[in-house]
Amino acid sequence: MANPEPLHHRAAADLRFIRDTMERAGSFTAVPGRGQVAIGLTALVAAWVAARQATPLAWLVVWLVEAALALAIGGWAVARKARAGHTPLESRVARRFGLAFLPPLAAGALLTVPLYFAGMVRLIPGMWLLLYGTGVMTGGALSVPVVPLMGMSFAVLGAVALLGPASWSNACLAAGFGGAHIVFGTIIARRYGG
Amino acid sequence: MARSGAARRPGPDDAPRRTPGAGREAVALDRVIHERVRLGIVSALAAGGELTFTELRDLLRTTDGNLSVHARRLEEAGYVSCTKAFVDRVPQTGYRLTPAGRRALERYLDHMEALIRATRAR
Repeated sequence: MANPEPLHHRAAADLRFIRDTMERAGSFTAVPGRGQVAIGLTALVAAWVAARQATPLAWLVVWLVEAALALAIGGWAVARKARAGHTPLESRVARRFGLAFLPPLAAGALLTVPLYFAGMVRLIPGMWLLLYGTGVMTGGALSVPVVPLMGMSFAVLGAVALLGPASWSNACLAAGFGGAHIVFGTIIARRYGG
Repeated sequence: MARSGAARRPGPDDAPRRTPGAGREAVALDRVIHERVRLGIVSALAAGGELTFTELRDLLRTTDGNLSVHARRLEEAGYVSCTKAFVDRVPQTGYRLTPAGRRALERYLDHMEALIRATRAR
């Protein structure tokens, strides 16, 4: 007859089970890895095209088109991963993720208008990266650990774009919306799927 | 969703009770949440707030029937409350941890930690 499991082993296993269950119940795991890689690739193309524009308006239009494209890819990828992982997008944790992630993005979109009309286009790339990074960090607090780290990298690039020479702005956008999405998207896809 | 009547009512051996320990009183194990699926339900609700039947089923990787039986058992013990609503004309069952359920989980956690501490102290 097999020896019964010692009580303290069972207690430790129970504590691990409780911690794992609580983590899974409180985490939004539908952050898409491959979707981010796709967004990163389109952002690299956008950065290349935007750098060749003659006017600030043309530069802005390129990035606005990229933002719309990224939103469409991201929305589709999140919905797809959520469906596959049986995480309804109307679940409490998904709503909390959305409420933490989206307001900084909305603020960035709104600020773009007055900054452009005030002729302060030079500040827009840093502001976009900083606010997107803030959204990813706050939303990422409800997701897997690599997501807040990704947000931090965007925020750092935003700070570099704001404080560095204006000529770095487009490179920072390419490194953030392109490079960081590809790097962290690959990590998320490998570790967490999707 | 099918509700099984297989869940038995809590018996006198289920409630947490105080038993004489070595010179002091020790709290006996709460058998209502000691069972793995029920422990999972209580833990998930403690972290996730209100969760639907489907969310809990997928999170705990269990079957409809199994979850139904264990959720009913927790309801009968007063550890979870259940609400039923229609979302887009689809019936949806939501579960939430009651204050008694939260206290039961805290007691259970204390109990498990005490067991581990007692082993380490030997």
